[in-house]
Amino acid sequence: MKAEKESYNLIIAGVGGQGNVLASQLIGQVFIRKGYFVTIGETYGASQRGGAVMSHIRISKARQLSPLIPKGKADVLMALEPVEAIRVLIPYGSPHVVALVNTRPLYPVDVTAGEATYPEMEEIKRTLEGLTSRVYFIDATERAVHMGLPVLGNMIMVGALLQLKLLPLDSEEFREALSKEFDTKRLHMNIKALEQGANAFR
Amino acid sequence: MSYLSLDEPGKQLLLMGNEAIARGALEAGVKVCAAYPGTPSSEIIASLAEVARDMDLYVEWSVNEKVALEVAASGAFSGLRAICAMKQNGLNVASDFLLNLNLIGVQGGLVLVTCDDPSSHSSTNEEDSRAFAKLADLPLLEPATFHEAKQMATWAFTISEEIGTVCMVRGVTRISHARGNVTLGNLPRKEVRPYFDTSRQRITFPVTQKHALLHENLRRLEGIFDTCPFNSYHGPEHPELLIITCGSSWLYTQEAVELMGAEGFVGILKIGTTWPLPTQTMVEHLATTDKVLIVEEVDPFLEGNVKEIAADFASQIGPKEFFGKRSQHIPCSGEMNTDRITHALSRILDLTYEPRDPGYEARARAAEAMVPARVLGFCPGCPHRASYWSINSALQVDGREGFITGDIGCYHLARTSAGWNLLKTSGAMGTGTGLASGFGKLERYGFSQPPIAVCGDSTFFHAAMPALVNAIYSKSNLIMVILDNSATAMTGFQPHPGVGTNAMGQEVTPIDIEGVCRAFGAKVEVTDPFELEATKLKLLRMLDDPEGVKVLIMRRKCALLRQKEEEPPYRVSVDPEKCIGEQCGCNRFCTRCFKCPGLIWDKKSARAKIDEVVCVGCGVCADICPEGAIVREEMGGA
Repeated sequence: MKAEKESYNLIIAGVGGQGNVLASQLIGQVFIRKGYFVTIGETYGASQRGGAVMSHIRISKARQLSPLIPKGKADVLMALEPVEAIRVLIPYGSPHVVALVNTRPLYPVDVTAGEATYPEMEEIKRTLEGLTSRVYFIDATERAVHMGLPVLGNMIMVGALLQLKLLPLDSEEFREALSKEFDTKRLHMNIKALEQGANAFR
Repeated sequence: MSYLSLDEPGKQLLLMGNEAIARGALEAGVKVCAAYPGTPSSEIIASLAEVARDMDLYVEWSVNEKVALEVAASGAFSGLRAICAMKQNGLNVASDFLLNLNLIGVQGGLVLVTCDDPSSHSSTNEEDSRAFAKLADLPLLEPATFHEAKQMATWAFTISEEIGTVCMVRGVTRISHARGNVTLGNLPRKEVRPYFDTSRQRITFPVTQKHALLHENLRRLEGIFDTCPFNSYHGPEHPELLIITCGSSWLYTQEAVELMGAEGFVGILKIGTTWPLPTQTMVEHLATTDKVLIVEEVDPFLEGNVKEIAADFASQIGPKEFFGKRSQHIPCSGEMNTDRITHALSRILDLTYEPRDPGYEARARAAEAMVPARVLGFCPGCPHRASYWSINSALQVDGREGFITGDIGCYHLARTSAGWNLLKTSGAMGTGTGLASGFGKLERYGFSQPPIAVCGDSTFFHAAMPALVNAIYSKSNLIMVILDNSATAMTGFQPHPGVGTNAMGQEVTPIDIEGVCRAFGAKVEVTDPFELEATKLKLLRMLDDPEGVKVLIMRRKCALLRQKEEEPPYRVSVDPEKCIGEQCGCNRFCTRCFKCPGLIWDKKSARAKIDEVVCVGCGVCADICPEGAIVREEMGGA
């Protein structure tokens, strides 16, 4: 854990409907409780679903940072969809960025329609290795489907992120924050999802 | 779980800029709150609606922005504090009243919040609404942080009451829709007694005197703004370059100066009161340097106003070299970010700044080609996809090169390939029907292409009704399709007059769109867009009708709303035995033509496939498959 660092820039990337916004809010709230300045800038298009969604979560001990990370300054990337990881690293990545990437593709409609191509997984992995210092892959969607709730993919990813200690945050602190946001039933499911994600890297 | 009404002064919360503005209004004791939803402004009134009962507020989703401002003004005329919020386009609608209300004046504070959308993330333009403050001679505040958004919203009421007219606050997407630290203040819970003083008239007359008063206000405000804490300077006493900035651009500017290591010789003057400018402050800082860079979002509003002051005081402060939008160091379009400023600073100060090594840069550029675009489109199960499918089919059968005149809402996405680029015109709210009314009158010159106007249910009430009346009155020949999905879906499902509830959570009798159109004199039919064949036939009958205004209401609830309320109706799957893949229609008909994100292509088997994570089980694709290979099983009873 890089506990001494003054500020952290985390990006959560995905596609509309994957729970990106909720995950970034929960993470942001924990850091506010820990006394940090937190800025979250979300970029999503006009549609509720289908478009690329990106949240910039900026944590600082010193002051309120801007809602957009400068070029090449992401520290950590959590990508809920594989090509979204590449899309975001192109402007914001650098040789020191660490990425956690869900392996389940969500095909853009132009790909489904045969008008654009979606790269092969091997090619995606090779590219991500060239654009990061470390990259971890997780089958978060499959795990969520297995749990019977595909919407929990985001929480599985957060569980993995915490287990890998990519942020100055332990999973206890995160769980405590969750318990203030969710009712008992939702809390239980979300904690199971966090566990599921952590197990992937135990 | 609304924490907007938390009575814990000093507590730090992570709030969206819009929530911070709402909290600021609560801390000022606001009582009347009105808006028409519009991204990125909607959460201001939405979050006030959540605490309406608790905080004894009157909150409404008005039929449009002009009415919203009128409703807010009635509160302010009666001595209550009132807030009205809208997006930049909304201010155009409200401006007719605003340009009178400024003269009329208010008793209680009235704060008008406009939220601009630089880069038009969720808009049809990226208009800079600040021009209205200057046009209306009204004060304008621009918050730079989330906490400041709250503080300014509170202070704006004081300013409004100080000058006896409206105070404007400008948010932008990166403040309104971003989140950050906000420290709560005191929450007053005072009883109020609204009273309209009948001894005076709330009118614009005598106009010239009232107008002169507005200019007197502006001079007074310059002095007030000279001492306000929202304007501040950080940097050396005599900077080599002075950056003057406002709003979220201030945050980017600080980071850019730090990244360049230029803190020692570049100073930053942050302006929170962008109209009228604090003249004395401006003159003092302009005198400290020869070079000035102005950083702001969208139009050179601050830039022009700073230059005016520099011209007025030229003999005192000497000549300046100005950099900004006019010098093309800062772009005139698109939203601000730190990189745009480092780029400008590199050019002005002749410094080099490379955020990444060339090797990484090359790898990143090379990766661009492999990332497919994610075109915005309709959600899985969205009724609009089915509606447009039928309109397209009917227009093709009709064969006269008819076309769709579009309007504002989710259905505007028919401009993209996901909606087959069917939308051929768009503009303001209600423009689709207004244009169609005109196209329908061109027959006399041999124009034979039938216009089909589309408009949403909320847009119908907002601005399409007058256009429909116009079309009927002028004996135009057109089809108006009302895509009724029972919500203002695009902005977050706010209720409107057609749905049966209001912002206060009361049940109300829905205003019947069908009845309204009939009363106007239109020929009205209703259809379920998921009934593809029936819908197409109704459209074809209307296309064959040589005269008059035909209204077809395509009624089906928004898929996202349905998912909140009910289980998926069908389990959908593809029978790989029946699917003929590449051989189908114009080559894999369903995935290539229908374009639902839930329907994907399995490369290995060369067959269509349902993505079970995305599909919401609407079952419409089963009707478009020519081979009957898409199977829907009812979920009920399972």
